[in-house]
Order: sequence, then structure tokens, then C-alpha cells
Amino acid sequence: MNFDPRFSGRKFASVGTRPIRPDGVDKVTGRARYGADFNMAGQLVGRVLRSPHAHAKILKIDTSKAEKLAGVKAVITAKDLPDLTGGDAAMYDILDNCMARTKALYDGHAVAAVAAIDARTARQALKLIEVEYEILPHVTDVDEAMQHHAPLINDTIFTEGLEEKPVKPSNVTKRSQFGHGDVHQGFGHADFIVERSFKTEQTHQGYIEPHACVASVSSDGTAELWVCTQGHFVYRQHCAQLLGMEASKLRVTSSEIGGGFGGKTHVWAEPVALALSRKAGRPVKLVMTRDEVFRASGPTSATSIDVKIGARKDGTITAAEATLRYSAGPYAGSWAEIGAMTAFACYKLDNVKTVGYEVLVNRPKTAAYRAPSAPMAAFAVESAVDELAKELGMDPVDFRIKNAAQEGTRSSYGPVYGPIGIGPTLEAVKNHPHMKAPLKKNQGRGMACGFWFNFGGQTCVDLNIGMDGSVSLAVGTVDVGGSRASLSLVAAEELGIDYAQLKAVVADTSSLGYNDMTDGSRGTFSSSMATISAARNAIKILRERAAQMWDISVDDVVWEQGHAVAKGDKHGNLGKLSLKEIAAESGKTGGPIAGHSELVADGAGVSFATHICDIEVDPETGSTRVIRYTVVQDAGKAVHPTYVEGQYQGGAAQGIGWALNEEYIYGKDGRLQNAGFLDYRIPVCSDLPMIDTQILEIPNPNHPYGVRGVGETSIVPPLAAIANAVSNAAGVRMTHIPMSPPRILAAIEAERGG
Amino acid sequence: MAGIAVSTTINGDNIEYLCQPDETLLDVLRDRLGLTGAKEGCGTGDCGACSIILDNRLVCSCLVLGAEAEGRRIETVEGMAHGDQLHTLQQKFLEHAALQCGICTPGFLIAAKDLLAKNPDPTEEEIRFGLAGNLCRCTGYDKIVRAVQDAAHVMKGA
Ligand code: FES
Ligand code: FES
Repeated sequence: MNFDPRFSGRKFASVGTRPIRPDGVDKVTGRARYGADFNMAGQLVGRVLRSPHAHAKILKIDTSKAEKLAGVKAVITAKDLPDLTGGDAAMYDILDNCMARTKALYDGHAVAAVAAIDARTARQALKLIEVEYEILPHVTDVDEAMQHHAPLINDTIFTEGLEEKPVKPSNVTKRSQFGHGDVHQGFGHADFIVERSFKTEQTHQGYIEPHACVASVSSDGTAELWVCTQGHFVYRQHCAQLLGMEASKLRVTSSEIGGGFGGKTHVWAEPVALALSRKAGRPVKLVMTRDEVFRASGPTSATSIDVKIGARKDGTITAAEATLRYSAGPYAGSWAEIGAMTAFACYKLDNVKTVGYEVLVNRPKTAAYRAPSAPMAAFAVESAVDELAKELGMDPVDFRIKNAAQEGTRSSYGPVYGPIGIGPTLEAVKNHPHMKAPLKKNQGRGMACGFWFNFGGQTCVDLNIGMDGSVSLAVGTVDVGGSRASLSLVAAEELGIDYAQLKAVVADTSSLGYNDMTDGSRGTFSSSMATISAARNAIKILRERAAQMWDISVDDVVWEQGHAVAKGDKHGNLGKLSLKEIAAESGKTGGPIAGHSELVADGAGVSFATHICDIEVDPETGSTRVIRYTVVQDAGKAVHPTYVEGQYQGGAAQGIGWALNEEYIYGKDGRLQNAGFLDYRIPVCSDLPMIDTQILEIPNPNHPYGVRGVGETSIVPPLAAIANAVSNAAGVRMTHIPMSPPRILAAIEAERGG
Repeated sequence: MAGIAVSTTINGDNIEYLCQPDETLLDVLRDRLGLTGAKEGCGTGDCGACSIILDNRLVCSCLVLGAEAEGRRIETVEGMAHGDQLHTLQQKFLEHAALQCGICTPGFLIAAKDLLAKNPDPTEEEIRFGLAGNLCRCTGYDKIVRAVQDAAHVMKGA
């Protein structure tokens, strides 16, 4: 069972090929079941009542009229979800976010819920619930929330991380700092210094599938939950804790998931559905509307960032500094901290300092969105890096190559890097034909780099070999975009069998040990590691069984290309036994053959990308068009290259939307004004060109096949790459994202006027 | 409230159902008939996940009332394959990995089928504008466009 996760260069037979995914046919025929596609007999329809106010005390909730309406089977408020968190502040925040307890903290905050026999009755019931609010002053802007006179969102919060404990509460929950060296001295050695302030607006992950679940609580204390989630084991833990259940009594099945991007790592509706089901004594289906998804489920932070970078004439950066303010919604988070860690991670710096501030605002609780917090920091830093290159008269790629982090560099956030891909992605970009392609009038080219940590974490896999020699692989990381195909390839590789001989499924929480979320780009990295380990454990048993069949010592049996082979001259005439042949005899040689693996996948291997894009700006209207886009990223090893490309393209497209269009717009009343896909416009097919990709493979030394996570890094560079391109096209530095036409036009006019 | 009796054709089958006057065709398909291939991404006509073909016209079924289907002909993703023989578009979506999460896929397949029925030889730009009513958040559309191009190519040859 001693699993060695270290990279061993090997020739691959299956890994690196591009077969059709095992869940594919169901998905093109409409048969795949997503969150809202599941029903239970006797199920009720759940609906949630939400606060129309950004900040308000809840004085009274009268549910009596709603309860009397025919067809209503349960009405719940915070009273039905008592506080069982036992002083766990993070869990208490989750509970309060699921159902407001004393105050509504944002437009869309849940205050009550009903379960009724049909949707219409449920809607009517919501109208009959009377909530008395005392409206409080609110604040939605991250900079305003930091002012002394700003309305206080939570008067028990005193800024953490200051040298002296503050005497007054504030909206700043935490200050965090990273870096090394002496930036003051470093700036003293600089010939050129660029200093700029940037802002980014809040965006939503924008998954097309709204949150959906079906909950069924029995009177014997057991329960089932069907839900679209990125992590059903974590949902089980959270729900069980909030409802006072034992985790093993709650069986959570993850449906097919219609996009998550970090947004389906948090419970909102699930504890509410369970509480409704418990009260009604019937299954309850709860599906969010799109309006609810925008108003109540997790957007990313809005930010305000100051950057200062200095360099010598020869292009060496002497010091880099940033102050980053990230909105967290009304609850504490670690968003600015992550931003502060990632900001300068691409560079080799002697003197670097970043300071992050977590800021409470009356907006929905910030949730992870693909490489959370990194894109905004990269936007600010990479914009300033570009500007500095210009001042130095250096090519922006060469300037970055000169300062790029390498193996052995101490990163700006602390650890020393192993083999990394920032240099190679920059070299690849330098040599890419895209960089040399001619530009037309009003077109500009931009490039930028991005970094993401990647996570590993707790992982568990079961590999079962059937008597017919077919193999089922049960994994616990939700498949968000093709991981069942990748993991099947890995198992096929390790066992030496055909991909078609395998079937991978995502197991429910009662069928497999605990698994962390599919987040942090960990799905394929960690589950492939566990799959390799499980396969190796199965091979050990296969060898033992073959030895038994041949009646020789197991030490004389090796596993080669899907077969047991007897080694040594004395066994020369034994031939080979295939996996199938061994499996067929398993009933007589000791029973079922399986391999299991439980591990903590360490050493996820940091990831870097560099993007290039060409943008055309219409100087009369400020509108933009993406002309060409190229992604270069290190994958460590691309297990299924097509799906790796897909991750690169999808992240780039989301970044394009963020850079050019998407933003939460709040009115003076603190209400969200664009809670729908018509007014919150994500890129459509006609907005984008083809997105070219180049996969680099710099093996991760901590994975047997060299795999690194690939899912998130692709959203880190686009904001900056596009800002650099727009700035080059428009002749004016853009500092506020999204660069919507009015903002670009205003910048152009200010430049002309000034 | 009394239901409205509707008789219609869905994927070639005669179907009868009762629905409420305010019920959308999407709700009828999904909740009454168990045809959950069409998805609800927004309910307001903005995402295309609920796309179906109604009398040879591509529509968002979330914007059509169940009662309006009386005497009409409906095609949904469930009717695209012939037995176990996938439609060329379905096959090409698989081969090109034109889906990641796949929630948008039924809508795209139906929209692409409608597009190719009207324009069997579309340019890339025509495909991009033809599919602009369907949102995909995962793929960046690159592989979807390529799958449709490839399918058009094969279907022309057939
Ligand atoms: S659900 Fe009909 S267009 Fe979105
Ligand atoms: S594949 Fe996920 S939305 Fe298109």
C-alpha cells in the first residue's frame, strides 16, 4: 500500500489520446439527469422568499396566512433552522446566509420558504407571508465600505491582522500581508516607477444550470439529497451539521452538473429544502430561478487595487507593491488574501509586498469563481507591468521573460518553486505566429500572464473488476467537464487495458469514502493520483491470483500490458494470463478483485499561462470586438488533450466576458438591477473568435504522470491581456473592468480632452 | 382550476395532456411529460437551453404556453436520434467534445439542426450568428462551432 506519487517518465498508451467521454451519449440525447431533472413520488415544490432590501432588520415574520392556504404543506423561517453550529463562525455565516436570522444583509437574502403541492400554490403562499423590516443604511461599494462613516454591516467585526486590536468595529474583517525584502529600498534603486489604481466590478460564474435539489427527510432521521454540486461530500457535511444530523444518515447523490466554476461549492438551498422536507414530511424539490441565482448565489468580489512597480533601465524589476481590497459580501472571507498571494507570483522579485483587505458590503456572499481572486490581481499587476515595459522601451514579452520566476525562485507568497511553466509559456508566446500577425487600424494587441496554485486534497477511489473482466471505477470528485473520460484513460493506462473495458461513475456519499470538492483544479489531478494508486493495488491482487492459478510464487509474476507474465526461465512455458482470464477465475481464487485508494493528494503543482489577444475598438462608440485569441498554458501532462483545450477555451471566454461586459449593477437603493441574462450579458457565439490553444507539458514532479490541474488558470490572464490590447488600440490606459463601451468612450474622450 | 386539454405531436408521437393556462410548454414537457431534455436556464427567453422546434420554427419553449401546442408539431432533443443511431450533429458534438457540462447541449443541438435545415452550408459567421441565441458558459463555443461545421460537411455529402 506504499504508494509512490513521484513522477516517473513513461511512455503512454492511453493517456494523451482523445476518446469519446463515457457520459457523452446521455448528454447529447437529453437523457443525462441534472439537478432539476429528478423527481420523487409525492414531492412538493419549494420556494424561497427573499429580502427586497439591501440591509434591514427583520422585526417580525407572520406566516399564518400562508400556512392556511390550501395546498401549503410547510412554511419555514430561521426558527426552523436553529443554530447548531456550536461557535463555528464560518458555519454560522453559512447558516445565516441560507436563511436570514435577525437582519437581511443583501437584496435577495432568504427570509422564509414554503413547500406546497405545486408551483403556483407555492408562489401564492410567498405573497401571503408578511415580513416587517426596519430598513438600515447600506453600502455596496468596496471603497465606500472602508470609510469610517460607512454603514456598519456587522458590529461584532474588528479588523484582524492589525498590530493593535482596533477599538471600533469596521467593515474590514482582515488585513493580510505577503512578501519579502525591502520595497522601500527597492524603489530607491529603480530608474522607472509605475503607480496606478484599478477597479474591477463584481461578476457571476454564470453557469447555465440554476441551483437545484430534491430533499427527502424520513421520520426515522435518515435523509436523501439529490443535488447539482461540485462536492456532494462537503454538502453532506454542511447540511448534516446545520440540521443536526449524523453525516452517515444523509445520503447525497450528485446529479450531472450544469456548470459550477466554483459557484456550486457552497450550500444555499439545500439546508432549506431539507428543513422544508422535515417539516412537511414529504420530499421537496427546490430549484432557483435565474433571478435568484444572480441575487442570492455567489458572485465574485468587486475590487479596488493599487499597484506600484519599479525597474532599472536594464529591465530588472527592483520592487513591487500592491494594496488589494476585495468585497466579500456580508460575511468574512479570504478573498483579498488569495489576491495578495497571487498578485506577483509570476515574477522573480527581491523586494515585494502585498497587503489585502477583506471588505464587507451589502451584496451576496462572495463565492469562488475559477481561480478565485487571481484574475483581478493579475489585471492590475499585468497592466502595470505592460506600462512599465513601455516606459522602459522594452518589448512586453521580453520584459516579462527577464523577470519571470524560475525553478528555485522564492515566490512572492512564500514557497520556493519547483519546475514551473511561466518561462516556457512566455517563450512560446514570443515565438507564436500570433505575435507577428499584422494589425489593422483601431486594433491593438495585448498579452498577459497568470498564475494559479492548484489544490490537491482528500480523495478516495474504488476500482472494481467484474467477473467478465470489465472494470468499474467509482470516483468521488464530481465530473464538471470530462473527468470521467480522463480518469478512465488513467485507469486503462495503469492496468494496461482498453479504455472501452472501463466505466467510470461518480459515486454517492454512502458508497465511497470522503472526497473534497471538485475545486482548485483538483478533480483530475487528485482523482487520477488515487486512480493510479487503486489500480496498482488491484494489480497486486491480480498478480497474486495469477500466481495461485499457476501455482508459483507471486514474486515471479509481473504485470505487463494488461497481463500477468511469469518471469524467469523456469516458467518459460506458462505464457500469459489476461486480466479477463484472471477475473473469470476470481470466484475460485479468493473472491472479487478490487483496488481501493484513500489519500491526500499533495503537491498539486502550480500552474502558469500566458495569453495573447487582438481587440478592435471603435473610437466613435467605444465598442469592442475580439479579433484573435491565443492561450498558452502548462498542463503538466494533458490526460485528455481535447478536454484540456476545452478548459483553456472556456476560461478564456469567461475572462473575455468579465473584461468587456459583465458586471453587477446596483441602484442607489442597494438593489441589483440586472439579475438576468438579458442585462447581465455573457459572451455569445457571435461575440467570439475561435480560441487557439497551445498545451505545454512541464511534468509535475509530484504526480506519477506529471499531471497538474488545468481548470482555473485560463481565467487569470484574460482581464489583463484584453485591457492591454484595448489600451493599445485606444491609445489610453484602461483601469476599470469591465471595459464596456461607455467606459472606453469616456477614457478616449478624457484623453482627447486632456 | 380546470385544465386545458391539448393534443399535439411530439417527436412524431400523438400526445395528449391537460395543462393550466399559465403553464409554459417547457414546464409541460419537463414536468408533465417527463421530457427533461429541454432545460430551463432562465425562463425568460435569454439562454436557449429550452430550445425546441415548433412547426419548423426554432423557439424557446419557456416563452410558449403549453396550451399553444394544440394541433402543432414539436421536435425536442429526445427525437433527434433514430433508435440507437445518433443524428450526425449528436455524433459530431461527441467527437469534437463540443460539450463540457452539457446543460446547453440539447438547446444547441436543436438550434443547430434548425440552422442546417435552413442553411445546409453555413459560413463560420453564419453559424456563430445562427447560434447566438444559445448560451454556453463552459466551452467558449470554439468546439461547438467546429462540430457544427463538421456535421454540415458530412450531412451535405450524405
Ligand atoms: S429557459 Fe428558455 S431561453 Fe432560457
Ligand atoms: S457545456 Fe456547459 S454550458 Fe455549454
